[in-house]
Amino acid sequence: MAKKSVWSDNRFWQRSAAWVTGFASMLLIWLTFDTIPQITMGTNADLQNGVTKRVPGPTVINYKITYEMDKKRGHEIPVIGEKEMFFGRDDWSEEEAAELLHLGKLGSQVKNCMNCHTLLGNGAYYAPDLTKAWLDPAWGPEGSMQAMTGKSTKEEAMSEFLQNPSQYPTHARMMPDLGITAEEAKGLVAFLKHMSSIDTNGFPRNFGKIQGAVHGK
Amino acid sequence: MANSYLTTESKKLATWYFTFAAIIFGAQLLFGLVAATQYVIPGFLFEIVDFSVARMIHINALVVWMVFAMIGSVYWLLPDETGIETVGIGLGKLLFWVFAAAIVVVVLVYLLVQVGPADETSLWLIHEGREYIEAPRWADIGIVVVVLGFIYNLYATGMKGNRSGIVTVLMADMLAFAGIYLAGMGYTDNISIDQFWWWWVIHLWVEATWEVFVGSIAAYGLITMIGAHRKVVEMWLWIEVAMLFGSGILGMGHHYFWIGTPEYWWEIGALFSALEPLPLVAMFIHVLYDWGKMQGEESAKGQDVSVIANKPAFTWFVLNAIGNFLGAGVWGFFHTFPQVNLYTHGTQFTSAHGHLAFFGAYGTLLIGMFYLAVQGKNGIKVMNATKKSIWGTSMIFGGVLGMTAALTLSGYVDVLVSRAQMGATWSGYFEGQASMWFMQGMDWRLIMGVVTFLGFFVLVADLLSIGKATHHKR
Repeated sequence: MAKKSVWSDNRFWQRSAAWVTGFASMLLIWLTFDTIPQITMGTNADLQNGVTKRVPGPTVINYKITYEMDKKRGHEIPVIGEKEMFFGRDDWSEEEAAELLHLGKLGSQVKNCMNCHTLLGNGAYYAPDLTKAWLDPAWGPEGSMQAMTGKSTKEEAMSEFLQNPSQYPTHARMMPDLGITAEEAKGLVAFLKHMSSIDTNGFPRNFGKIQGAVHGK
Repeated sequence: MANSYLTTESKKLATWYFTFAAIIFGAQLLFGLVAATQYVIPGFLFEIVDFSVARMIHINALVVWMVFAMIGSVYWLLPDETGIETVGIGLGKLLFWVFAAAIVVVVLVYLLVQVGPADETSLWLIHEGREYIEAPRWADIGIVVVVLGFIYNLYATGMKGNRSGIVTVLMADMLAFAGIYLAGMGYTDNISIDQFWWWWVIHLWVEATWEVFVGSIAAYGLITMIGAHRKVVEMWLWIEVAMLFGSGILGMGHHYFWIGTPEYWWEIGALFSALEPLPLVAMFIHVLYDWGKMQGEESAKGQDVSVIANKPAFTWFVLNAIGNFLGAGVWGFFHTFPQVNLYTHGTQFTSAHGHLAFFGAYGTLLIGMFYLAVQGKNGIKVMNATKKSIWGTSMIFGGVLGMTAALTLSGYVDVLVSRAQMGATWSGYFEGQASMWFMQGMDWRLIMGVVTFLGFFVLVADLLSIGKATHHKR
């Protein structure tokens, strides 16, 4: 009788499975140790010194954020520019900004944003993606939302909308009233502004760059 | 229960798990139907049961019924594999009631409280607002305790009785399955880090540990239903484990393309997740090959009878091989490269994949286990299909395929209009949603959802009555 082949030996495959799994797990853990520091939030000092972070610190709310094509990387990235007023101030301290962001992030979970919207593209598809919502032209000076809510700044228009969403329908599909208070709304807007400053490797592509084009508009 | 042929407490406990799982499966479909209706009639239950609430229950019920049916499946096969009664069965029964009661409370709170103020208490008591693992923190801790008890029973039984290859794989897999859940229990203000760990749970469940679970159960099913040779089946199982974990663990990279994580995940995610369909092809071939082989051996003996000892269950196992390959493999592969995913990420395309993958890879197999339990409970040697089994199976599988097709077409509109053409803004999003083709897709999804829901009732009716049919071999 021919010698038994290793390829039909269960022990061989059991050991292979263990080694492959172990190797893949170790690699994942090693990559995790590399990734986590890269996506840890920056500080106020980073922002003041122009140090680029993939996830900037909470005081990014004091600055103007734009989404611009980076030729070298071949896609758009958030660019942090000059100081900009946020709810009438551009001097939110590190503690104040962190507190506001904390309230907003908590609010985003408790109000269940993710089961209608997508955040960083993850969630449900019943409502628009919020990744770069802060940069959406609809909320800017040219957009319709400031006039609709009777507010003169982006953050106030967003805050007003979040508190009374079903009063300002933009589509037959409306956002329900989630009992969001004025303070919570402020936090949520800070959370949205912060999220728009995260370097998402160019997602979503061409955000806010295209006007019209459908139905010849 | 009366007239039960079950001789082990482990199998009796398994039937409890299966029964509760089937009820929650019904709840999943019901709330899915509410959410699907809201796409077509936006005012439906507005500010009563909003889309966010219906959808949260839809996907949480999905996770819960599958976890229940998975635990039930392990309790079902343990006496057969180890040759002994499961150790710690009293604990198992107690934990069943604790788990079931906790789930009922969680769902009632989702439905009746819905949202709270933006503070930590809401995370502890209402929900955590993180897709798929929304369960509030008190329930998180409860789930960990319950699952630890289950793992203890599995290990104690595996170490005391005969530890087959299938039991060995399950012991390792279920421990990983439970351990990974811990990665999703924390809170952070940094949404990139939040989603990084969140994917550890979701991805390492559905694209790694759950798939290995499916491999183990399919192996058990082939041995018990068509008498496949254990040595061959277990060798396949080890190869599948190597392929599934070898591709699936680092395939995680495809969730790290756009959440703030570095660009190197593009290459890692693309490479390893592109390999993920391979084990699914292997599993598909494995099931059909073994079936042909066993039937061929029977025919060679001049016997003209089917080797299948449970026709409805085996049908579901074959549908699992197909559905897993199509839903997880093909539909996953469609959008796994970053060049494509840049536009498909967060569209109905993902939803199409999600529906066929969860149902095809897990729903099918677990329904097959329900039928195995019915066979065992009624002491049937060869269980044949009834008209109801055929209708139930066709309506549910056809319904999910139909929903997937409809969502795929709507997804294309989403991708092309909202994303490629309009650049993903608020108005771009609604431009896509208002497109006629998108809306027709949503109409068809609702219709196919109703077919699936009706099929569920036929399935339940069959599960309750098939044991009493007279055309089985006892």
